[in-house]
Amino acid sequence: MLKIKDLTVNVGNKEILKGLNLEVNAGEIHAIMGPNGAGKSTLSHVLSGKSGYEVTGGSITYNGKDLLEMPAEIRAREGVFLAFQYPVEIAGVTNVYLLKAALNAVRKHKGLSEVDAMDFLTLVKAKTKALEMDEKFLYRAVNEGFSGGEKKRNEILQMAMLEPQLCILDETDSGLDIDALRIVADGVNALRAENRSFIMVTHYQRLLDYIKPDFVHVLADGKIVKSGGAELALELEEKGYGWLEQA
Amino acid sequence: MSISWLNDIRQQAKNQFEKTGFPASNLEDWRYTNVSAIAKKEFSVAKFVEDVDFDAVESGSAFHFVFVDGYFREELSNLPEKITICSINDALKNHADLLQSKFNQAIKQTHGFIDFNTANFTDGLFVHIAKNVVLEKPLQIIHIATQEAILPTRHVVILDANAKASLIEMFVSPEKHAYLTNSVAEVFVGENANLTLYKVQQEGENAYHFGGTYVQQADNARFTHHNFALGSLLARSDIVSDLETAAECELNGLYLGSQNQHLDNLTRINHLQPHGISREFYKGILNDQAHGVFQGRILVAENAQNTDSQMNNCNLLLSNEAEIDTKPQLEIYADDVKCAHGVTVGQLDEKSIFYLQSRGIDEVSAKHILTFAFANEMVDKITIPSLRDAVFNLLLTRFPEGAER
Repeated sequence: MLKIKDLTVNVGNKEILKGLNLEVNAGEIHAIMGPNGAGKSTLSHVLSGKSGYEVTGGSITYNGKDLLEMPAEIRAREGVFLAFQYPVEIAGVTNVYLLKAALNAVRKHKGLSEVDAMDFLTLVKAKTKALEMDEKFLYRAVNEGFSGGEKKRNEILQMAMLEPQLCILDETDSGLDIDALRIVADGVNALRAENRSFIMVTHYQRLLDYIKPDFVHVLADGKIVKSGGAELALELEEKGYGWLEQA
Repeated sequence: MSISWLNDIRQQAKNQFEKTGFPASNLEDWRYTNVSAIAKKEFSVAKFVEDVDFDAVESGSAFHFVFVDGYFREELSNLPEKITICSINDALKNHADLLQSKFNQAIKQTHGFIDFNTANFTDGLFVHIAKNVVLEKPLQIIHIATQEAILPTRHVVILDANAKASLIEMFVSPEKHAYLTNSVAEVFVGENANLTLYKVQQEGENAYHFGGTYVQQADNARFTHHNFALGSLLARSDIVSDLETAAECELNGLYLGSQNQHLDNLTRINHLQPHGISREFYKGILNDQAHGVFQGRILVAENAQNTDSQMNNCNLLLSNEAEIDTKPQLEIYADDVKCAHGVTVGQLDEKSIFYLQSRGIDEVSAKHILTFAFANEMVDKITIPSLRDAVFNLLLTRFPEGAER
């Protein structure tokens, strides 16, 4: 599904990713761990198409297509979804309008008709309930005045509505208390499917207690320096990242 | 018509206008707006035309009072019964004493557009709402422009004590021709009376517009104004209100300029006596080479202790060539007051645009959504549902992807 080959990325004049390789197949969950400043967020942003990152080498192939050629909205319509570390607050735009506009943009791209108003409401209410969110959130401005946990749940709600193929969770566990973490993790687990893959970018092992990864990669100094199974996360939790950098 | 008191006032205004003409941009209140193009057009005052071919005026359930080229058209209008409402020319015959006692009394300072109006107005609206009377449906005043001319109208609105009403002023043109609307309203809100006035300016794209509203608020009177400046090539709006004891004044505005539109908004809130409250919030959106002006002044007289006043002006510039001149001013002579003002000028937030794009929404739509949301805050303040829907839809024509229809 996703193949990243020898990816090098600059921010300004500084090289952040220095030849990153990663392959994600359908249905897999990959955790990317690493110390602060290793390039984890840069990787998430480059995958989602955010501007301000200069790809200086390598390639990203998504479902056989060149991902780097696609503008951000086309990536989203093709099934790439980034759950932001810091979701923005958008005054005056209701959650329900964003969800509908986004869903219709994706549907149009797939050659489907606009969603029926009643079907949409039924669907969005069901998904909202599953994430233990109050329906009132739907009619509030996007993320405005939401707590940290509410913002992250809102990201998962959008993900649940858009049913992407490649979900990138950028530090989704940061700022969450244990209850909110459980709800968010349940939401993600409910979305696990044969044709859907996840990349979880995280500093801590905590999230992985709730969402069990198939592979764990350690990103340090712009490269994947070690890969393994779920047990690697535990090892990292115990030993920290220092031993890797020394090795 | 030989009404000597009025003839005197008109002659004085005529003399004054002949001396000064339309305002020059060396006057402080006109420094951001050059109106010399209007004089160059050499418009004459519009003539009455017998036949107008409008089938019906779309006004929903509201009462409506229709002007075509500055002349009242009774056959197109639908008037409420329990209040006094007629053209200003009829009022000169039938309500002369009341009209004389109010005419020109709310205007403390004139300029060329007001002088021209006083000297040349062709017709106007006269409304008198008696004590304790509540007008249950809004009264819509529709100005339709069809001639290449100046359309001067003069209005007097009087609410006696405890009266309550909503008025909607609409300015429209079915054509794209050049003309000058010159509409001056004097408004008297009696003790504890409550008037809400909406202005929706949708003049044609080559039109010039001057609209002035001069308000006297008696003790405890409440005046709310919503100003939507959407159309015209060049428009100037004046709103001036004098507040007596414990009067409340709320001014909301939205100016939406694109291409080479010039939209100037001048407001003056004069707190003359204690315990007054004023709230002012104007928003501007300027695209292409459009130029917006906001000049808001709040005056708190020495006697006006315990005044509570807030003024805000927020602007969104959508292009590098768009321009805004904003000048909020507080002029305070009392010592025990609560006054604040703020101004912002900014662009659409890049992070918000990207957030929407990352959800599959294209860049143009994302910008429409964010711009619409910025503007819609002012539309949401409209309390008449049919009018709110109408203005909402006008906004959608400018930003089609901005919201759900």
